[in-house]
Amino acid sequence: MEKWCKQQMSQATFEEMSASDFFYRNRDIAGLSNPSRSIFVAIREAVENSLDAAESQKIPPNIYVRLSFESEATKETQVYKLRVEDNGCGIPSRFIPSAFGQVLYGSKYKLKQARGTFGLGGKMAVLYGQITTHQPVTVTSSTGQEKIYIFKLMIDIQRNKPIILDRKVLINKDNWRGTIIEFTLEGDYLRAMPKIIEYFKQTAMVNPYANLTFVDPKGRLYKFMRATTNMPDPPKETMPHPYGVDVELLQRLIQITEFMNMSTFLRGHFHRVGEITAQKFLEFAGIPANKSPKKLTHEEIVRLMQNLKKYKDFLPPDASCLSPLGEELLKAGVTKELNPEYLVVHQRKPSTYAGHPFILEMAMAYGRGVPKRSNFVIYRYANKIPLLYDEASDVAYRVIANVNWKRYKVHPDMPIAIVVHICSTKVPYKTVGKEFISDRPEVRREEANAIREVARQLQHFLARQEHVHNEKKRLGIFSKYLPKIAEFSTTLAKETKQPDIEKLLKSVQKYGTEES
Amino acid sequence: MAQKKAKISERKQDVLNRLQAFGKTIYNQLEEGQFPSVTMPSRSTENIAYDEAVRQYVLGEKSVGRSTRNIRHIKPFTQLAWVALFSNELTSHRKTSTLRDVYYSAQAYEMTFQDQQESNNIITDLETLTGFAREDFNIFPEERSAIFGDIDVGYTVPGYEGKTVNLTSHPDGVLIGPAITSADFIKTSADKVIAIEKGALFTRFIEENVHNKHKSLLISCGGQAPRQTRSFIRRLHDELGLPVYILTDGDPWGMHIAQVIISGSANAAHLRDLNTPDAVWSGVWASDIIDYKLPTDPLDEVDIKRLYELQKDPRYQNDPVWQREIKVFLKIRRKTELEAFSRYGLTYIVDEYLPAKLEQKAKAGKGIKRK
Repeated sequence: MEKWCKQQMSQATFEEMSASDFFYRNRDIAGLSNPSRSIFVAIREAVENSLDAAESQKIPPNIYVRLSFESEATKETQVYKLRVEDNGCGIPSRFIPSAFGQVLYGSKYKLKQARGTFGLGGKMAVLYGQITTHQPVTVTSSTGQEKIYIFKLMIDIQRNKPIILDRKVLINKDNWRGTIIEFTLEGDYLRAMPKIIEYFKQTAMVNPYANLTFVDPKGRLYKFMRATTNMPDPPKETMPHPYGVDVELLQRLIQITEFMNMSTFLRGHFHRVGEITAQKFLEFAGIPANKSPKKLTHEEIVRLMQNLKKYKDFLPPDASCLSPLGEELLKAGVTKELNPEYLVVHQRKPSTYAGHPFILEMAMAYGRGVPKRSNFVIYRYANKIPLLYDEASDVAYRVIANVNWKRYKVHPDMPIAIVVHICSTKVPYKTVGKEFISDRPEVRREEANAIREVARQLQHFLARQEHVHNEKKRLGIFSKYLPKIAEFSTTLAKETKQPDIEKLLKSVQKYGTEES
Repeated sequence: MAQKKAKISERKQDVLNRLQAFGKTIYNQLEEGQFPSVTMPSRSTENIAYDEAVRQYVLGEKSVGRSTRNIRHIKPFTQLAWVALFSNELTSHRKTSTLRDVYYSAQAYEMTFQDQQESNNIITDLETLTGFAREDFNIFPEERSAIFGDIDVGYTVPGYEGKTVNLTSHPDGVLIGPAITSADFIKTSADKVIAIEKGALFTRFIEENVHNKHKSLLISCGGQAPRQTRSFIRRLHDELGLPVYILTDGDPWGMHIAQVIISGSANAAHLRDLNTPDAVWSGVWASDIIDYKLPTDPLDEVDIKRLYELQKDPRYQNDPVWQREIKVFLKIRRKTELEAFSRYGLTYIVDEYLPAKLEQKAKAGKGIKRK
């Protein structure tokens, strides 16, 4: 949603496509496959849009979600009303109808770290609601200016156009800023509940600057309060790196480009390509620098793509466009949600895979609030969104399983939670379901290094803790038994005065502190 | 006999002195600001060797230290000091106690032992350290065996001092407990001791008047003879000069019951005078199975394994009878029990077998090694 605030980019960067077509083809991919999953996905998409809307302006998010029961639908499903309020940047009134009433196809000319799985999840949720309940969506929004706009919308599915049923304008006396959406949908909350609660908890963990409130259909209130108002810098847009392009992308760039020759084309559309790099590359690829990109044949485009991948001298992608959480915020989030006895966080240096920069962040929490299971509790995140499904297929799961934990004196049945966060302009999901990270050597290496680092630190902590514990126990043993020995020997030796053992006890203590 | 009486009370005084000396050692070390420590002979298997001269297992030169500076030693050290104190109380107040008692009494001093085994081990430490057996500290195991025969003993236990009793007074025999083992021997008409593995046969012997017919003191070992019983047999032999004959079942286990009475056990290598080297294993021998055509059972695997172990055991090297009988066992692969003689009538074992065995020994000295 925040694209409306910051960029208000020209509508030319979007293409329309048949919404119904897209929807029916992609319903499953978007996760709207069954009544319980759909309700989870609808909440998730709305919350993530709200988080993005607040974060883009560095506003600590306040998000209120209410799901209320409307009526029975079928044997297994019910109709619910979903209301999501945020204090984000708000949407300019002229964009509101298309933002919620038209399924859009996201721009791909520029890359940016973003939460949304498809960039249209929110609209999909609204569309799903309309299909299942035939009710309009109500959107209330203000950018903090003098007016508040309230739209009642439906989607003309066949023509993929918003139908404005009602439009109201209110005076914004209190300078309110934010967006409220409300729509009805069919689903199965009872079955979705555990995942939804888990989703909020895990989201709160990596968004420690957010207030999340959820009221469920039974009237139960779940509150996740912020622990800090510090926020990471919002992600910046970046251009694609030459290593990460494909033919499709090249063709689209050529279609829209305003640059007249290959040299400026490369410099203008690719990350890390300057004048000299462009020149050297074009020599390498055997393409004249002054050739117009529009004149490239299909075969030439394919060769260009191959050469872009082959050329060794492009600088690696710059990760400054990424917005990792940072060690401090990760610490704050995990502490707030898990209240562990010990916590270690670690951020890896930026790395790249296939031309995409990524940063890996890891946290390991031990003891107290951390649940004890038969195996480590793993929290996986990609671009600050929790991944709740298919844990065993994720590369992190395999990396963690392959660690020789004995070496760190750590057992899987200890109360240990591992948080893995990967942020990237393009998260390397394995499948279209986008629930787990694929096993790429670069990612695997970063994860393995990160886990070793946090495991080492946990090992130090455990060793220190054990040492202190042993020292206490040791002193306890001496002060328990030495007086007894004094007492017994005095009686046995038929002496009257007990020997003074204070000095001995002190010497043990001193000996003890020397050791530690 | 007056001289013998002096021996019992003297020994008690020795025990008390030794315990006090131990207390004094610890006390002085503490006074000098040192962590108390003791050394004692090591009881590890490599430090246990068979001594031909004393004809029992003894501990070698190796010793172990227990220092309260060592975190792993301080608890057992405290327990050792406590057991010494407890033994001192028992001995000086002439009270007796059992191993089980010791285990429970410790709890009153917040000196809990993890289990019976732990407290037993500490008692063994005290034995090793002082060279006295636990019975000298008035600590007895629960197990009891019995004696029957014409001997007058004088009690030394509190409340019975000066009382004498004749050990034929009770037809079931008299328990060999603290009162008997601490009693002085006054007079006896017996000229030998017969130790019997099983209580049933002991009772038969009493019924058949063996104590009169053969002028003997009968002892029921109740299986493996308890240490106090072995020590008591030793006293009967040493103080009264009585030869000792042992009757067991005709199998490797019975044979070893006799052997432990004669040569002692490795577990008691730190102690002396628990064995009677001059005692004789009279039967049932493997060759008796053949000679008397006794009913038998086959030896099972465990029996055969045990025989091979015993064949190599140093205690089985000093008398040819052991090796000879082991070989016969291995050859016939049969075993028998004392009760097997009943096939010839209930009194056969008393009327025929026993006299023959006693005669055999007296005449030929066969199997008896005398100094």
